[in-house]
Amino acid sequence: MTRDEIPTVYELSVPGRHGIDLPAPDVPMTDLPMTELRADCGQPELSQLDVVRHYLALSQRNFGIDSGFYPLGSCTMKFNPKVNEEIARLPGFAEAHPLQEPGTVQGNLALMFELQQWLAEIGGFAAVSLQPAAGAHGEFTGLLMMRASHLARGDSARSRILIPDSAHGTNPASTTMAGFSAVELPSDARGNVDLDAVRAACDQTCAGIMMTNPNTLGLFEEHIGEVVRLVHACGGLVYGDGANLNALAGIARPGDLGFDVMHYNLHKTFATPHGGGGPGAGPVGVSARLKDFLPGPVVGIADEGDDARYVMTMPAKSIGRVSTFGGNFGMFVRAYAYIRQHGAAGLRENSEHAVLNANYLRVKLRHAFTVPFDRVNMHEFVCQGAIPGTGVRALDVSKRLLDYGFHPPTNYFPLIVPEALMIEPTETESKPTLDAFVAAMTAIAAEARREPALVKGAPHETPVRRVDEVKAARELVLSDRTKVATE
Amino acid sequence: MSYVPHTDRERGAMLAAIGVARMEDLFADVPAEVRFPDLKLPPAESEPEIMATMRALAARNVAVDPALSFLGAGTYRHFRPATVDYVLSRGEFYTSYTQYQPEVSQGMLQALFEYQSMICRLTGMEVSNASHYDGATALAEAVLLALNVGAGKRPKIVLSPAVHPQYREVVKTYLRGTHAATVVGDEDATADLARLKTLIDRDTAALVVQNPNFFGQCEPVEGLADAVHAAGALLIVLTDPISLGLFRPPGAYGADVVVADGQPLGIPPSFGGPHLGIFAARLAQVRRLSGHLVGETVDADGRRSHVLTLATREQHIRRAKATSNICTNSAVCALGAAVYLATMGKRGLRQVAELCFYKSHYAATEIGKLKGFAVNPQAPTLPFFKELVVRLPGPVPEINARLRERHSIIGGYDLGRDFPHLQNHMLIAVTEMNTRAGIDRLVTALGEATR
Repeated sequence: MTRDEIPTVYELSVPGRHGIDLPAPDVPMTDLPMTELRADCGQPELSQLDVVRHYLALSQRNFGIDSGFYPLGSCTMKFNPKVNEEIARLPGFAEAHPLQEPGTVQGNLALMFELQQWLAEIGGFAAVSLQPAAGAHGEFTGLLMMRASHLARGDSARSRILIPDSAHGTNPASTTMAGFSAVELPSDARGNVDLDAVRAACDQTCAGIMMTNPNTLGLFEEHIGEVVRLVHACGGLVYGDGANLNALAGIARPGDLGFDVMHYNLHKTFATPHGGGGPGAGPVGVSARLKDFLPGPVVGIADEGDDARYVMTMPAKSIGRVSTFGGNFGMFVRAYAYIRQHGAAGLRENSEHAVLNANYLRVKLRHAFTVPFDRVNMHEFVCQGAIPGTGVRALDVSKRLLDYGFHPPTNYFPLIVPEALMIEPTETESKPTLDAFVAAMTAIAAEARREPALVKGAPHETPVRRVDEVKAARELVLSDRTKVATE
Repeated sequence: MSYVPHTDRERGAMLAAIGVARMEDLFADVPAEVRFPDLKLPPAESEPEIMATMRALAARNVAVDPALSFLGAGTYRHFRPATVDYVLSRGEFYTSYTQYQPEVSQGMLQALFEYQSMICRLTGMEVSNASHYDGATALAEAVLLALNVGAGKRPKIVLSPAVHPQYREVVKTYLRGTHAATVVGDEDATADLARLKTLIDRDTAALVVQNPNFFGQCEPVEGLADAVHAAGALLIVLTDPISLGLFRPPGAYGADVVVADGQPLGIPPSFGGPHLGIFAARLAQVRRLSGHLVGETVDADGRRSHVLTLATREQHIRRAKATSNICTNSAVCALGAAVYLATMGKRGLRQVAELCFYKSHYAATEIGKLKGFAVNPQAPTLPFFKELVVRLPGPVPEINARLRERHSIIGGYDLGRDFPHLQNHMLIAVTEMNTRAGIDRLVTALGEATR
């Protein structure tokens, strides 16, 4: 792989070059409104081969799950089945227009209806809306529903949302967007949310709590029943961050644990691809008391049985739309196919092996790295990446992992563990892959003691070495400044 | 179909290493009364079976001939060059995550940096983020940005009724969490720009317009930005990226924030999503933008490289004080749009826009000749692009049903669903995918359907 800089599309652009031919107009060429026109839309001029080689070269500088082990904690980087990509491209799905008359898209509506039902079944909820486009979008949606349900009871005093200090950053950010203030709760010595702190924060101003379970330490909250009871007792609601559902699908249903609302990350648990950051999908499931507040439209059924007819409907007290049309349908297709490939037993098998793999890595790595909460974990766990006495930090270990061909774990999160490396192997990785990762981590720990500069200067084998983030933020070059010549 | 690779022997060895006897022992922390529920789901299917199941499900949708589809209203059938799906099928791209490790993410980072560059030039703006979920959520975030600029002193948003109705709904849902923000303007479905201008005052954070508007018409935007800026407010413009192949970009007439749904740029309709939220702004707003931004920098050897920047705006750093909660975006759709724009290029995008213009005008002329029909009756003098309003001599659902059943035509959008004063009005979209023969067939069928 070349380490030379790859020219940008604007640097490759040559006046007069073109990548596509289109048919000549087969209708009269009406006069264009000249005063409204622009001379140049500013796009590059490349041949098709230029385009293909450019993006192929760029792809070779990118690491995906298909490239290698990607144990990025809380992101569930599991195998994205190829058959699901083929399925999502079937014309019946990909070419359907969202505003077509329902009678012409019964297949799509049936798919959405069944997916709503299956997700409700998996999560233990009364109803599901597929509208939100991502996990954070689902959080925002869930919080708006919680707000609406309090207001519908005439209770406008509930202004605070309780959030454990181990929570994802999206939780407090969504809380602010939904008009609440976030109250941070400490964790206890075993990595659970501190029960006394929950108790103290539960009052008439508490709108609810956002719980991630298992939490971002990868630990199942040992007092979850009591947390739910306390919050409900003060009139609050319990939000579940479903980012870590890959530990629980088929193992336990958040609805059965007393959660009132939860988002599902279809791009995590249900293996829709992460796409370099998106798109995802973040459907929300709710208990019966929040059902009427769901964002819509949702898919309902008009006639039962063989004559089943599916229709889009708006829940009675809906908070409204949170995205256009029915949501990220292309992701629904993949998640639907994934659930159907697995069935109930397959989903449980996935969660079991996700947990097995994570525990195996914990016991294999705890000799070389400190594991602050060293007890049976769920689908991920956190160790500390700093090697005492060497000056090598978690970031350095991560960068050195790149030289060994592995994507690093999540760095410096959760915030409550110094020098955190958050490791989530997922169920689709084999024992030989995990053993190779353990060998690399162990070797890096040894390198840190023997030759710390080697680790601190890593990576050495990647297309670029460490990049200057300070310069990027200070000089702010956010678009290509190449002057494009005109013909 | 299971993707779990473990053999019994491997599983046994791993359980032994952990020090537990059985898989179930790993779940002792889960309360016994809820552990291992009996989920009611269909039985598992192998790969050949799932393919057959899904083909059958897809076949329950009516097959649509793109040449005979005239439905737009926010999602469009445009030509998608083969290069787009070729690139989007590269596992190195689509199975990667957000570029938190820039050394092994240079491919996506450079592609997104180029995407930002293309969007800046297309919209005439100074900065673009690396994508938002879709056009409507991008618009909602633009409104939140304007309220943020207003710093609590400007709680009012003036929203044109000619903005896509679903987008307006999403904006209003987003504002449910914001104390004291008010939306005015769109309660009068016939309010035009002149009327909206009178609503702008010192409490106004932004004016939101769509151009070309929901009805396909080019708004008379000359002088609009001056009026908005004179009151100290921002001009937010929602646009159609294809229209920018031909028309002056919002940056040229003074927009402060430009948003769009990028689906027309090489992304399949996919029954409404995933699409692409385009979000571009002035440099002055860069620290208030939501979403990822890719910046250019150098590596330790001085080589040009790219990295996510200004992360201090974002939720994983700023938590409750972040500009937005957005994390997952629509990066792979942004990549698709970039490949589309690179392939179409300056000439191709112009041609697509011209074809949309010519064909929609041909359709307007021919439909206008039908007795009992009127084209763009609400504003006959404004230029239009790609979409047109047609007043029919009968109810839209009945006419659409006849178009479909007798002629296999997917008719236009029923405007009466959102605009009470536009009963019996249809919004017809005509793109480069519609042939003259297809348009002629629509015209004939409309004539027959109402006879």
